[in-house]
Amino acid sequence: MALTYDDVIAKYEPVLGLEVHVELNTKSKMFCGCSTIFGGEPNTQTCPVCLALPGALPTVNEKAIESTIKIGLALNCSIAPFSRFARKNYFYPDMPKNFQISQYDEPICVNGYVDVEIETDEGPKSFRIEVERVHMEEDTGKSLHVGGATGRIHGAEYSLLDYNRAGIPLVEIVTKIVPGTGKYAPEVAKAYVAELRDILRSLGVSDVKMEQGSLRCDANVSLRLIGAQTLGTRSETKNVNSLRSVERAIRGEMIRHAELLNKGERVVQETRHFQEESGLTRSGRSKEQAEDYRYFPEPDLVPVAPDEAWIETLRLALPERPSIHRKRLQEAWAVPDKEMAAMINADVLNIVEATVNLGADPTKARSWWLGEISRIANDKNVAIATLAITPNDVAEIVALVSAGELTDKLARQVIEGVIAGEGKPAAVIAARGIKVVNDDGALMAAIEKVCAEQADTAQKVRDGHLPAAGALIGAVMKETKGQADAARVRELLLGHLGQA
Amino acid sequence: MSSLSRDDIANLARLARIEMSEDELVSLSNEFTVILDAVARVQEVASADVEPTSHPLPLRNVFRPDVVVPSLTPEEALSGAPAQEESRFRVPQILGEE
Amino acid sequence: MAAKLSSGETTSVALTQAHLDRIAAVDTDVHAFLFVNTEGALAQAAAVDAKRAAGEKLSPLAGVPLALKDVMTQKGVPTTAGSKILEGWRPPYDSTVVANLKNNDIVILGKTNMDEFAMGSSTENSAYGPTHNPWDLTRIPGGSGGGSSAALAAFEAPLAIGTDTGGSIRQPAAVTGTVGVKPTYGGVSRFGLIAFSSSLDQAGPCARTVLDAALLHEAIAGYDPKDSTSINAPVPQVVNAARSGDVKGMKIGVVKELNGDGYQSGVRARFEESLELLAAAGAEIVEVSAPNFEYALAAYYLIAPSECSSNLARFDAMRYGLRVGDVDGASAESVMNLTREVGFGREVKRRIILGTYALSSGYYDAYYGSAQKVRTLITQDFNKAFEKCDVMVSPTCPTTAFKIGEKSDDPIAMYLNDIATIPVNMAGIGGMSLPAGLAPEDGLPVGFQIMSPAMQDQRMYLVAAALEAALLSKWGAPLLSLAPELVGK
Repeated sequence: MALTYDDVIAKYEPVLGLEVHVELNTKSKMFCGCSTIFGGEPNTQTCPVCLALPGALPTVNEKAIESTIKIGLALNCSIAPFSRFARKNYFYPDMPKNFQISQYDEPICVNGYVDVEIETDEGPKSFRIEVERVHMEEDTGKSLHVGGATGRIHGAEYSLLDYNRAGIPLVEIVTKIVPGTGKYAPEVAKAYVAELRDILRSLGVSDVKMEQGSLRCDANVSLRLIGAQTLGTRSETKNVNSLRSVERAIRGEMIRHAELLNKGERVVQETRHFQEESGLTRSGRSKEQAEDYRYFPEPDLVPVAPDEAWIETLRLALPERPSIHRKRLQEAWAVPDKEMAAMINADVLNIVEATVNLGADPTKARSWWLGEISRIANDKNVAIATLAITPNDVAEIVALVSAGELTDKLARQVIEGVIAGEGKPAAVIAARGIKVVNDDGALMAAIEKVCAEQADTAQKVRDGHLPAAGALIGAVMKETKGQADAARVRELLLGHLGQA
Repeated sequence: MSSLSRDDIANLARLARIEMSEDELVSLSNEFTVILDAVARVQEVASADVEPTSHPLPLRNVFRPDVVVPSLTPEEALSGAPAQEESRFRVPQILGEE
Repeated sequence: MAAKLSSGETTSVALTQAHLDRIAAVDTDVHAFLFVNTEGALAQAAAVDAKRAAGEKLSPLAGVPLALKDVMTQKGVPTTAGSKILEGWRPPYDSTVVANLKNNDIVILGKTNMDEFAMGSSTENSAYGPTHNPWDLTRIPGGSGGGSSAALAAFEAPLAIGTDTGGSIRQPAAVTGTVGVKPTYGGVSRFGLIAFSSSLDQAGPCARTVLDAALLHEAIAGYDPKDSTSINAPVPQVVNAARSGDVKGMKIGVVKELNGDGYQSGVRARFEESLELLAAAGAEIVEVSAPNFEYALAAYYLIAPSECSSNLARFDAMRYGLRVGDVDGASAESVMNLTREVGFGREVKRRIILGTYALSSGYYDAYYGSAQKVRTLITQDFNKAFEKCDVMVSPTCPTTAFKIGEKSDDPIAMYLNDIATIPVNMAGIGGMSLPAGLAPEDGLPVGFQIMSPAMQDQRMYLVAAALEAALLSKWGAPLLSLAPELVGK
């Protein structure tokens, strides 16, 4: 018997833990000088170090250290005066050394926090999420599973490995356990990841694209009876590839845990995989049989002891906090709270900002992104960020409409064309022959033709039945393939029929 | 007297990804009784107020600038591969989860 | 040889060919080499001769041939680390040591035999069969670098490179009557050195004389940005020290815990005699104590296996090396397990299991953690002792070369060979062995170990040169002239 979410929160309270991995945008890898460019031909960005050839040794990327310190500072962490790399030992073909160089008991940043705000029934509420640690590690290679039905690992005959990604710097941000979110756990988690993403983007340390994997979230959830002191058993959910998935995954896990607990069954401590299509999780590696990672200090690398002066320089250069930035934008654009929230919720704020920065009027930029473009994204069931249309495109279209070279209706056609992959606005306009018919002469010709064809209706208008003009305007629009400015047509038509 | 049973050795062999024969497991178990006794001596002097040494040299902050350096060619990278396909390392089916 | 090369008396090609001939003549018996790079070596030699003919300024050892322990990568040349798991592997890159050798135009004859992955003290753990001591072919040449030292003793090469983690350069040098040096940790780059125990491994020069070792030392040492544990400071002036040999006023510390009590009598005798010679040369002999040295062996046999259990994880049949069991339906995991079972030898597997245990959850503090503390105590012992003396000395190892097969069934007995050499690696300081003579009871070479503080390698060369000169005077001819003739068997 499936429980509803309300059933769940009536009896249980959730405790969260979030682990976010960020791929840094350094030019070279964490421990070697290979390029980090995305999408290269397989195994063209590898060397003895990231392939773990016998005899190879790691060397630490200075920019990666700097980026990690910046992240720690932006998350209000203390920067450890002394931190060390450690080996995390386990075997997996995508990890060439069969250990990952990471950090264990001496991470570089500790004890920070992030404040998020969400909408509750009682109005906006603030939550402080405490950050346990921020540490550095390296990414793994990519495996292609061949021969199975779905291209997934189950049932594959063999796998093909590309190590271009192996060794790219990763920063792991781990929260302390987050109790007290009650029924808003999914929203709080989503808001946390969104805020983290905005902070990281403002620091310029990563391109934080969840869909591309440069920002990854693992969500840990456990339930306990409301008021209980001890923690329940948690499950870890991976493969959470969007903000929306964060929310759905947590909600789904809370329901799954509650169903088990209600039946008197045990929640198994394990890793689960989030399934986009169903919104449910599938069991993965059982953590109860977890490998012993046998951490020990990495002997090939020496400790990191960043000096105070360097940390101060980085602290002073921190950019404006996203929450302060958002307030500033809201004032500058004179946007009411509800609309501001709508933009944040639809995750279009930075896209709108980019569009405004290219010269577009804020209100117009907002209405296109929140309106037409959001609608298309929803129809296709994809995130706005994945659509082919860019802030540049929208700014261009806004400018064309202002200049009168496009009507709103025509602009919608252009947007549709750009998203469909027909090219940039100028190309779409040219290819489709989109043009506002401005020429009064041409309009008059069309108007006269329509009035002749629909003489009765035209007469009605002459007689003072203005609503009848609608049909005539429609016909004129059809005649001009929708490229006339409807308002101008109405003006001219009424004038022609003596009703100006 | 510390010792490791045949099962203990089997667990360690699993962690170390070595497929040991029954004979090996038993004989290692026997050897370890002597070896562990010998190495356990370190506990005699390893008191709480002694710092462990992880690096013989007192080096700190050894970094490399974030500059791209030429990689191996794919041919060089794959030159030792037991099996390859389309410029990728080919490995048998992986049972574990990613 | 270098002098003859620069004077034009001989060519590198001639010199190289002569050594290749010697190898062909004796190596069936000695088995020092795993791979002889005839073509490559002669090509290198020819190139050096051409440079010389063109009047280019060359380094002191240019054109001189050398044997390379098979643990260092050399591009395109088979590199096995003495293991089946790397049989046939040709690295796509040069180790920094090899790059330095090439920059100095030193001709690399081939790769020498070693205990598998440098684990052992007799070269009996090589997957390719043992090396035989040129002094007595039924005996071990020491380990793990037995091949390099045997090659020197058999006159198959005048120079060699070894690596030393617990004594693997010094002990073979001692039992073959040659010179072997472990520089201060970080003095020579580990980039391209197939790792056994990362915090202990160090590559070093091996030769028949102290001066040759010093020249080779300066050719291979120096800061390497590719090795984060590399010392960023000038190479100590070891050649100057080796040429000087002036020990007047130097304080030489005899380590009470390593003074030879319980060692073979001939080893003790040669040690005492060497002390007398050094005293006669103007040095002052003082006694120093290092009470924590008795724990060094135990700590070593926790740290080294722990680090190696991690370092050897990369040998998994996925990207290079041996692959076994890749049949229909086999999984990556089973291929990994089978390959490692078949590809690794007994000693290697033993140490991997020991290391896995020492690092495992619940045991870390008692084993690996405690061993790292012992390391601190040993370093403190050295620091205290060096306040009282400039160098410390001991016999290099407790016995002369034992028979092949004699100790291979008793791991602990084997481990005891390193009792005098291990403390040096634990503290990361410099250590070397030079021949002190023969033990009268068996006529086999004995080694004298000198230890210098970190980054003061020149001190040990100073003392070594003094002792070498005194011994040469005493013997009238180099010790190796007493070694049996190998050709004609």
